[in-house]
Amino acid sequence: MSIEKTYAEINAKIKTGKAVVVTAEELIALVEEKGLTEATREVDVVTTGTFAPMCSSGAFLSFGHTKPRMKMQKVWLNGVAAYAGIAAVDAYLGAAELPEDDPLNNNFPGEFRYGGGHVIQDLVARKPVKLKAIAYGTNCYPRKSVETMITLDEINEAILFNPRNAYQNYNCAVNLTDRTVYTYMGMLKPQLGNANYSTSGELSPLLKDPHFKTIGVGTKIFLGGGVGYVAWNGTQHFPAMTNVDGKELGGAGGTLAVIGDLKQMSPKWLVGTSFLGYGATLSVGIGIPIPLLNEEITRYAAMKDEDLFAPIVDYGEAYPSFTPGNLGYVSYAELKSGKITVQGKEIQTSPLSSMPRAREVAATLKEWIQKGDFLLTEPVKSLPSPADGIVAHSIKEV
Amino acid sequence: MAPKRIVLRFGSDISVKPIVYRLVKDFDLVVNIVRADVNPQKEGTMVLEVTGDQSEKGLAYLRELGVSVQDLKQGIVRNEEKCVMCGACTGLCPTGALYIERPSMEVHFDEDQCIVCMLCTKICPMRAMEVHL
Repeated sequence: MSIEKTYAEINAKIKTGKAVVVTAEELIALVEEKGLTEATREVDVVTTGTFAPMCSSGAFLSFGHTKPRMKMQKVWLNGVAAYAGIAAVDAYLGAAELPEDDPLNNNFPGEFRYGGGHVIQDLVARKPVKLKAIAYGTNCYPRKSVETMITLDEINEAILFNPRNAYQNYNCAVNLTDRTVYTYMGMLKPQLGNANYSTSGELSPLLKDPHFKTIGVGTKIFLGGGVGYVAWNGTQHFPAMTNVDGKELGGAGGTLAVIGDLKQMSPKWLVGTSFLGYGATLSVGIGIPIPLLNEEITRYAAMKDEDLFAPIVDYGEAYPSFTPGNLGYVSYAELKSGKITVQGKEIQTSPLSSMPRAREVAATLKEWIQKGDFLLTEPVKSLPSPADGIVAHSIKEV
Repeated sequence: MAPKRIVLRFGSDISVKPIVYRLVKDFDLVVNIVRADVNPQKEGTMVLEVTGDQSEKGLAYLRELGVSVQDLKQGIVRNEEKCVMCGACTGLCPTGALYIERPSMEVHFDEDQCIVCMLCTKICPMRAMEVHL
């Protein structure tokens, strides 16, 4: 007998405190014990979680007007430039932006101790941040410069809007060359000296809904410690399913654009992050609830680390030169065991994505739903799925 | 007897002196040099394991020369508030002092294994590993 549930039915149960909510890890155990059908019948919502560096993040800030008025043309926050090519006192602060006086990689590898992500964390931590802006002056906006301190509570709006977050899956990075490389996947020692990976595997939101059956535009989520929403698909959203040796593998896959009010988020879940020799970024905590509407959704949500695979990619030569292909696939169970074998060599693995934090996200979201103050939203528009076969373009130079 | 693990820091005037020889010859100490660096300014840092009855006397001798002698545990400290337990440090820590406990995937720091190479202070994406002198 097949089970069909609706968002309305599940929300009615959440409101009365009767909804059964489990984390993705708990669902795996439940499905193993009771089977797919019984688990789908019993459980209403599965919570997922991830906490990892997500470079395509940033915040729209609207500072309020100066007296006299000013059309801010260039804006800096704690010395980090924000994009001000929008209306008068609005700016977009990107997580990967660096201070203008940063030595960058001139003394290689650069440390990148502070950047846009750190400014966002400072703002959310309610620390005063130095605002500097210049302008050319107009009749309606005569002022040409301002330098003052602002806080998150004093500015009008602060909207976290991250164009590409929550990567469905990601490469396991290694280095085949003879020199150490410093990448956004961390420091990679020469000749397969180590391997880094960055998803929470069986807790990772988009790995648990690879066909985008429930996650779509408008889905209400845990974002940065507060409530946020899926705004659209993320940039570089290329959901795909690859069949390798009879196994269904998600590729690098789908991404999400997410949005939420920065003022209700927390510095614990938006953390300024630095990669030696690479740059600065922001680590973001994201949790997405998946309603178990039918057994098919449950089957994907219950996928285990053993069933989820990451491609192994050489970041010494193949990745920078944009050479397609990989060195094979490895399961998240193997990655999390601490050792994998690549080209016959056993190498140590390290995560860049925090499992303890991912668990905390999933547990927190579960608690919110159980308490009845977090209802599920049915997507107002579906996101492109593997069936849509989106093909990635690269820049053609003529 | 368990060895004492210490960090020595000294200026260019000491770098040219055979201080380890003196520890062995004059104080009858068993010395294991865990790590030694001399920077371009000829200032030195050395991590030693020292065993012997006269170890305190030996260390007093070093201090008299102007060598800063510190317990190794004072070297690298994990800022627990900053650490998010991602694990990025664990594959690079040369002695396994930073390691992941399974299946919890929590990151632990065993100070006794730390040799103060300070790689983690630059590698940690949250800059949670700090040098306390």
